[in-house]
Amino acid sequence: MKKSVFLGTLAVAGLAAGIASAQTTLEQVQARGTLLCGSNEGLAGFAAPDANGVWSGFDVSLCRAVATAVLGDPQAVEFVPLTSQTRFTALAAGEVDVLVRNSTWTFSRDTDLALDFVGVNYYDGQGFMVNTALGVSSATELDGATVCIQTGTTTELNLADFFRVNNISYEPVPVATNAEGQQQYLAGACDVYTTDVSGLAATRATFEDAASHVILPEIVSKEPLGPVVRHGDSEWGDIVRWTLNALIAAEEYGVTSANVRELAAAPTANPEINRLLGTEGELGAMIGLSNDWAVNVIAAVGNYGEVFEQNIGENTPVGLARGLNAQWTDGGLLYSPPFR
Amino acid sequence: MSETHAHSAAFVRTAILPPAAPPPGQTGVLRWMRENLFSSIPNALLTLLALYFVYTILAAILPWTLNGIWDAGSLTECRAIRDERGLSTAACWAVINERWLQLLFGFYPIDAPLLARLFYADELAAAGGMDAVFGPGSNATARIEFVGTMRAELGNALVFFFGYWRPLLALALLVVAVAPVLYNNLPRGMLIFSLIYPFLAVFLLWGGSIWGPISVALGLALSLYILKYAGARFGGLLGGLAMIVTLLCFFFNPLSLLGISGLFPLLPHVSGLLGTILPFGLPAITSDDFGGFMLAIIIGTSGIVLSLPLGIVLALGRQSSMPLIKWVCVTFIEVIRGVPLIVWLFTASLLLNYFLPPGTNFDLLLRVIIMVTLFASAYLAEVVRGGLAALPKGQYEAADSLGLDYWKSMRLIVLPQALKISIPGIVNTFIGLFKDTTLVVFIGLRDPLGLTNAIRATGEWNGIYWELYVFVALLFFVFCFFMSRYSMYLERKLATDRR
Repeated sequence: MKKSVFLGTLAVAGLAAGIASAQTTLEQVQARGTLLCGSNEGLAGFAAPDANGVWSGFDVSLCRAVATAVLGDPQAVEFVPLTSQTRFTALAAGEVDVLVRNSTWTFSRDTDLALDFVGVNYYDGQGFMVNTALGVSSATELDGATVCIQTGTTTELNLADFFRVNNISYEPVPVATNAEGQQQYLAGACDVYTTDVSGLAATRATFEDAASHVILPEIVSKEPLGPVVRHGDSEWGDIVRWTLNALIAAEEYGVTSANVRELAAAPTANPEINRLLGTEGELGAMIGLSNDWAVNVIAAVGNYGEVFEQNIGENTPVGLARGLNAQWTDGGLLYSPPFR
Repeated sequence: MSETHAHSAAFVRTAILPPAAPPPGQTGVLRWMRENLFSSIPNALLTLLALYFVYTILAAILPWTLNGIWDAGSLTECRAIRDERGLSTAACWAVINERWLQLLFGFYPIDAPLLARLFYADELAAAGGMDAVFGPGSNATARIEFVGTMRAELGNALVFFFGYWRPLLALALLVVAVAPVLYNNLPRGMLIFSLIYPFLAVFLLWGGSIWGPISVALGLALSLYILKYAGARFGGLLGGLAMIVTLLCFFFNPLSLLGISGLFPLLPHVSGLLGTILPFGLPAITSDDFGGFMLAIIIGTSGIVLSLPLGIVLALGRQSSMPLIKWVCVTFIEVIRGVPLIVWLFTASLLLNYFLPPGTNFDLLLRVIIMVTLFASAYLAEVVRGGLAALPKGQYEAADSLGLDYWKSMRLIVLPQALKISIPGIVNTFIGLFKDTTLVVFIGLRDPLGLTNAIRATGEWNGIYWELYVFVALLFFVFCFFMSRYSMYLERKLATDRR
């Protein structure tokens, strides 16, 4: 299709409408040749552009994984930056194929907004950061503290709940963005800064004297973040769900980007690996993809553990521990259903 | 007479004394200071207070700015260098040094093949030549790596001039196209280029086949020709109808209600045919890749250029004696003006999709430009109406008494005077419009402020604020200051009365 603005607007309005609506999302993506991925405008560790404009990050890697599964090319993704206000509407209106923008899976979003959360790629939770000079070691000791809080988010409600349950008082200092919260907290406008723990860790990593700030042990909310697709196209949802599961399963079975080609060359002793990598069975065909789709995905972006270590792991500036996001065999919550 | 006088007087000065220098303290800097800064005790106190104020501000800002660190790879490195030099405060300009191209152009793709051919030929040959790296079916990951190392080695200046030659050329030609409109001592022939420029700019910025913009221009020219020809032959009404039919056939599908498609619109057929005869074009770039200050300029200039005529028409319509036209204009102005711009932008980006048929590819950037134009034109209409109302009634009556029809009296008598009165208000609206373009960050377009957020998200630059905001503010200031200066020049030039 012509991309020129004039043609796009003046001519296409009537023509394209009838054709496009009859296609499934998978057909649309394959016809277009690129995946439209709703992404964050910029969140440390999860989505950020380098000096050449190439995006990388934890959420970005999942987009690249889906693009590799469907199109065979991790670069065949167009990232559509979405704000927290526009993200679900843009997905519902068909402006993006999949939304991977650290969105919390909640009841109303899954049902009322007519969206489908197809999995969890990061288990987050709300926490508190304080200056060590405050001498606080637990959030329950924060009676009377001033708290910087982003307005209009679920964190605001979680905060109110937590302080009410523990029967202590606080004074909110409303901020609009994470950037503003960071500045206010550093300037001493509030004693405590609260947001998701991954965000707190990323923020703390940028401080000049990071050692004099601690993240308190209490986690006061459940924030399962995951990829989202539209209601009504379950085949597409399956592809995204099982791409994520393939990353998780690959880590569980020890398949990495380094050894995946070798393991996929011939059937191994482990039938689970064989089915995942397509050397046994016809799992790829069942979701409309080639049989070696998972091989391409793991070779391009690595398994879940590799993606985690590269972008937000302990050796990166964000420096997050695996915690809840460890495999179920290591005491975490990651548990991929079997590939069979 | 003078002779007798000379003889009778005891002494006549023959040479004029040279003027003596004024007493010290009544001259130069000292006098100026005494008159302007220390004319009385309260004024002297205020002066000292102001000086102290300026000093404290500069003492805080200047060391930070001038000691700034330009060469570092991350904020942490910046801080290390600062401590090494023993400075208490220093700006980390390194982020601007690394990312200024991104702040200017967003993610607009560079012309990597051109750069590689011109400056990186040896490495290109080593990587397998042009086709292996950039040709169809080449490995995207390898290409991105190649372009990344090439950019790093060539440096930002080369990439700026040769990688971004398309937007730069479009900007340079914009200056050429706008100059004859702004300054009337330039040759009038240049106005032809101003008319061609919009199509040229679309071709340069978005790329694609050159025949697309040319076909659009041809369609518009054809419609105008038919209006003129049929209007002269069959009268104005039939001419107008013929033009509308031509426009419909060329750009839309008038038979779509009957379910017939394929024949109309004619536009894709014409451009497709021309494209097969003589294929020529630039690589196509989608609006999603547009960003940075370029986006502000594109939205700002299109909004300014399009909203002025629309605003004037709306203002005239509001003054019209025909009730239908008047009420349409009043409703339009009041509705658009009564709702915040951000709401219109959300409408453009989100709500419009629900009304359009699913799968419609209606460019987001174009939607935003349309909304910004409508918004600015509603404001302009009221500014121009102020100018129209300020004109004495005698001017309208004088025009009527000369026997001029409505359009002639407006064009020759009323509007030149009314617009002259409205210049400050019009430029005010334009500057406001230009700065409002930053609001598009809320609908996910990558404007300079949105990009600062994206840059901060990278591990290296997380936690950097002032440097990025100062840079963006400077860019906007330069443009707005130019507009304000131009409006003052225009007012001085047109000040033919009420001096």
